[in-house]
Amino acid sequence: MTAVITTTSEGGPTYKPAAEPVAGAKRRWWVPYLQLFPGGLWLVIFFAIPIAMLAQSTLWDPAGSLENGYELTWRWQNFTDGISTYSDQFVRSLAYSLIATVACLVIGYPLAYAIALKAGRWRNLMLIAVIAPFFTSFLVRTLAWKTILSDQGWVMDALRLTPFFGPDDRLLATPFAVIAGLTYNFLPFMVLPLYASLGKLDPRLLEAAGDLYAHPIKSFFRVTLPLSMPGVVAGTLMTFIPAAGDYINAELLGSPSTTMIGNVIQSQYLRVGDIPVAAALSFTLMAGILVLVGLYVAISGTDEVV
Amino acid sequence: MRRFRRWVADRWVMGVGLVVLAYLALPIAVIALLSFNQPSSNKTTYLLDDSGVHWTLNNWANICSGADDMCGSLGVSLRIGAIATVIATILGTLIAFALVRHRFLGRSAVNVLIFLPMATPEIVMGSSLLTLFLGTGVDPGLPTIVIAHVMFCVSFVVVTVKARLAGLDPRLQEAAMDLYAGPWATFRRVTLPLVMPGIVSAALLSFSLSFDDYIITTFNSGPVRTFPLFVWGANQRGIPPQVNAIATAMFAVAFVIVAVGQLRNARRSRRAATS
Repeated sequence: MTAVITTTSEGGPTYKPAAEPVAGAKRRWWVPYLQLFPGGLWLVIFFAIPIAMLAQSTLWDPAGSLENGYELTWRWQNFTDGISTYSDQFVRSLAYSLIATVACLVIGYPLAYAIALKAGRWRNLMLIAVIAPFFTSFLVRTLAWKTILSDQGWVMDALRLTPFFGPDDRLLATPFAVIAGLTYNFLPFMVLPLYASLGKLDPRLLEAAGDLYAHPIKSFFRVTLPLSMPGVVAGTLMTFIPAAGDYINAELLGSPSTTMIGNVIQSQYLRVGDIPVAAALSFTLMAGILVLVGLYVAISGTDEVV
Repeated sequence: MRRFRRWVADRWVMGVGLVVLAYLALPIAVIALLSFNQPSSNKTTYLLDDSGVHWTLNNWANICSGADDMCGSLGVSLRIGAIATVIATILGTLIAFALVRHRFLGRSAVNVLIFLPMATPEIVMGSSLLTLFLGTGVDPGLPTIVIAHVMFCVSFVVVTVKARLAGLDPRLQEAAMDLYAGPWATFRRVTLPLVMPGIVSAALLSFSLSFDDYIITTFNSGPVRTFPLFVWGANQRGIPPQVNAIATAMFAVAFVIVAVGQLRNARRSRRAATS
């Protein structure tokens, strides 16, 4: 294209060589750094440095206090103390968020598939309906779930009519309620990346599979699913990461026997005030998630995440 | 029978999808229902018992009279959301331009710096910011909340604007340059209008993330109470029923904004396709 323009405009008195705005060859080298500077600085000061300070505060001596300050004594025991005391909560967070993530994948995939490949003119409306929950307060929505699952609610009334639920059985304050809340709250984070990935799928590939006498189930597992893997990976991460650190669902829908590690960290920081152990827990959560994410990405083998 | 099986095979995915959508919409329906409910005391018990809904418009008519600081906290959240959105949108858009338009040294390091806040649980970001503010002796308050909100919104702005920018046809800008538009005129008359939908959705996303954030805010709020902090605190004592009216109104306003935007986009692309 550039060549065409240069040949046709050659000889003109005001000719200047065709610019290459996109490649940026004519731009000064410092332009991108100038563009990055304010936002990058913000992220370094208010994200990277705080994380480094958090890492350092995990080794403080817990004998200190907010008023008198803490001493850096390289006390690695904060980690072993925290992890051994709260291993139940760690395991529970992992289990609940894994189950919720799988549940999101199982119910989110058909929805994303329907929007991307079956919705036609209803696509925008269905997409809005997926994003719609974000428009209302997270907390108020979770409280509404509490209403739905409550002992006197319609759901329980209906379940008590079945032989599986006695008059004393309940949904609220059980692991089921917490996992259902996590699934509900993070489902859009699963559906949107899946939709983005399925939307790029060329429908002709499925037609081709059909023409070659592949059964729909076979063409799903051999064509659709592999091609949507970037969406599956991104959606899994977007669901699992916030779910593992969440404490709102466990607090509002659960009971003391369903507390997750987020509840512990929050109350250690803001109520108990044992900062070094709280920092060790917070840091362990982050490190654990990073390791799991790294493993998952390595196994599923997609480099589109970063 | 065979035709019936065909019919089911064609439609079951859509059916499952609609059921999942209903699952997503259910709590919102409950909130809307409760916004018209007159609870027996002046707190929502979040119970719909056998007596059902006692219809009233009272919660809507006296939307601010539920608790003293409810509408105050709403105002605080709107203000924080507006400031944080403007700052995060500008910073994030600049970064997105740098990442899409340039190849430079340290590009992958920047990509990692953008990705990490999204891969870090909110509670870790909240507690680490608290460590920073404690360590530097900064008193938590409105500015620290804004700082925190900008921090976690920037990455989402970058991702959203980047997606839009990367999808632009570079030939449009080449054409403008070929028609002797200078770099600035090309940016203002061609690039910016084309990227605008991405910037607008990034701003909307930032605002809703900021407005709704509880976890990070609770670590850095000091004495300031945002709307989510108000709801959390009120939950211990009993939520004023007006909270449901506010949540329903928020939903309605945002839904209209997004729906209008989508309709305009759809009409524009249809016009572009026919002309």
